[in-house]
Amino acid sequence: MNFVYLATSALKIVALLAYLYALLWVLGRKQLWAKIVGVVAAFGVVQLAMTPIGGLRIFNDFDSGLLYQACTMSMVAMGLNLIYGFNGQFSLGQWGFYGVGAYAAADITYRWVDGDARGLLVAGIGVALGGLMILGVNRFVNRFKGMPVLSQFTLYLLGAILAGWVAVVIGNALNPLLAPLLEEGGPLAGYIPQQIVFFLAVVIAGVFTAELSFLFGLPVLTLGSDYFGIATLGFAIIVYTLMNNSDTILPFPEMKGGRGMIGIPQYTTWFWAFLFLLVVIVVMRNLIYSSTGRAIMAVREDETAAKAMGINVAQNKLLAFVIGSLFAGLGGAIYAHYIGFLSPGAFTFLLGFNPMIIVVFGGLGSMTGTLTASFGWIFFLEGLLRVILSQLGTDAPTWRFVLYPIALLLLMLLKPAGLLGNVEWGFFKKPVFVRVRGAGGVAPAPAGAAGEGGQP
Amino acid sequence: MNASSSAPAAVPVLEIRRLTKVFGGLRAVGDFNLEVQKGALDGLIGPNGAGKTTVFNMISGLYAPTEGAILLNGEPTVGLEPYEITNMGVGRTFQNIRLFQNLTVLDNVRIAYHPHAGYSLADGLTRNGRFSANEHELTERAQDFLAIFGLDRVQNELAKNLPYGEQRRVEIARALASNPKLLLLDEPAAGMNPNEISRLMEYIHFIRDRFSLTILLIEHQMRLVMNICERLTVMDFGQVIARGTPREIQDNPQVIEAYLGRGAIGRAGVIRKDI
Repeated sequence: MNFVYLATSALKIVALLAYLYALLWVLGRKQLWAKIVGVVAAFGVVQLAMTPIGGLRIFNDFDSGLLYQACTMSMVAMGLNLIYGFNGQFSLGQWGFYGVGAYAAADITYRWVDGDARGLLVAGIGVALGGLMILGVNRFVNRFKGMPVLSQFTLYLLGAILAGWVAVVIGNALNPLLAPLLEEGGPLAGYIPQQIVFFLAVVIAGVFTAELSFLFGLPVLTLGSDYFGIATLGFAIIVYTLMNNSDTILPFPEMKGGRGMIGIPQYTTWFWAFLFLLVVIVVMRNLIYSSTGRAIMAVREDETAAKAMGINVAQNKLLAFVIGSLFAGLGGAIYAHYIGFLSPGAFTFLLGFNPMIIVVFGGLGSMTGTLTASFGWIFFLEGLLRVILSQLGTDAPTWRFVLYPIALLLLMLLKPAGLLGNVEWGFFKKPVFVRVRGAGGVAPAPAGAAGEGGQP
Repeated sequence: MNASSSAPAAVPVLEIRRLTKVFGGLRAVGDFNLEVQKGALDGLIGPNGAGKTTVFNMISGLYAPTEGAILLNGEPTVGLEPYEITNMGVGRTFQNIRLFQNLTVLDNVRIAYHPHAGYSLADGLTRNGRFSANEHELTERAQDFLAIFGLDRVQNELAKNLPYGEQRRVEIARALASNPKLLLLDEPAAGMNPNEISRLMEYIHFIRDRFSLTILLIEHQMRLVMNICERLTVMDFGQVIARGTPREIQDNPQVIEAYLGRGAIGRAGVIRKDI
């Protein structure tokens, strides 16, 4: 066995955990400048490790690949943690939304480098119109008290179809104007426009996924938790089937159905992966520690009591579901441009259990747990174990699928709350509240009400 | 029926007309009428399964009535979502305590402020000035509120870790934090010993005066009901069988037959001969 390799791999994992801890710690600083310096440093350290210096690279291609996968997995799992861990809705559809985001973003950039701007135009206009449509229909629906949810859904669906059709018409009309600029040597064919298009593609893919999850979640979230789980499983299977037939049922010949979409430009760099992961982390944390976040958690704890507290349960479920799916869509988009090849096989619902396991493994309702479990999962399962076991023979790596379920069983037996339970690090810690007002001016209840020393 | 017909001077806080709820073939509540005047402290009593909690669930919107009307300060609420009814000024507690178990006591109360948080989701995500100011304000308000109930020491405990009596108090505090005009208490004394019940009675008087509330409560503990309620409505099999002051109810033969049991006044629990 190659012990040196093993030791350095193990060291890398420890360093990674220390890195995550430091990142969260520095994000949790009060001063803005400390945060900015910390984030830049956190970005720089890894970027440096990826850059060959004097022929030596600390992170080789394999390692940096794992890092991108860990980032995308973190985004997906964070989204699922919001839906399942914080809002209590057991969803198996997260992997489907991940796939949607991956294919949507890939299609935009693939067409762009191919000299076809329709991907960007149609998706961009469609997403914008879709958003306006949702806001408009929402206003309209709110004017009618007690409109059945399926009627609302029908209106949204018709609106979505209309928005999509208009987007296709406008996109096709505008494409000839842009096409000459996209040709070899044209002003839109260079590196900078490509990076901008990539950024737009990721954002559009995320928003598209969010809008799709809104349409899907609106009727389905009215189901109870278990039924909702089965319905989302159905969504994942539908997405998988559509991917497999994307060149026949869907009008996307470039996706090549079950053969897989090859030739996606590999734009994902550490900068983009880090940027979007950071956005997900910040949005997630700010959401959870706000009034809306508390409402989302109240829905998980007790729907009936939440209703009696004046919380719109349906709306908060939908909100958590949409934001969770948005994260999945962003993750998918980053993944597609790292791997460069999308095959429906990567989006089967069976693999969709991975983020679910990660969320449970890291601790339901623990953001730190999800983040570290995602990184640990990728680096341990895909990285270290594959490396260790391959020293034992060619078939041995398969054994990791025996070892990790055993680890999972042991964890569930010994620590059912997950690896980190309720522990949060740095930035993810609940903000400590410091009173400005004194305690004065509050007339206490009678002694009896205070619970102690009351007369019988 | 022994319905008294004192003409109300003003619009009652709660007015229920011909309320009916049918579950499958079971008529849980039939033709139920009730008026609660502003500032009143009224009780709803009756044997188990009489339909009292069903009435509460219909008032707070958790169940849709099969028939009938519910008016809050003259405004109809049937067909509204529970959260809308809560925001119209109805707070309630539950028979089996329904706290947000895995959240802290402070968060339990802060959740009640959610509809009036004063900042939007976008403010929360960007952590702007409006978020900081309002979040700070509502947290201090929640802490002041907990201090009133002597719960400020446990504000950072998870609700599930509190002893039973404190959980009850948190639940009442949480219901009051949503700033109700009408408070529905569903068996607030369940599981309490006589000592604790005495404290609870003081406590209910205190919150009514302090928050100028109208209170309607369901209770089986006759000592509490007879001592603090001003008017009582007695239900059996979904029907109102008597109304009146505690004194009148105690002497009502129909009530004694159905619920109190002969000579059972003051004794805790339910004595029924027909079950």
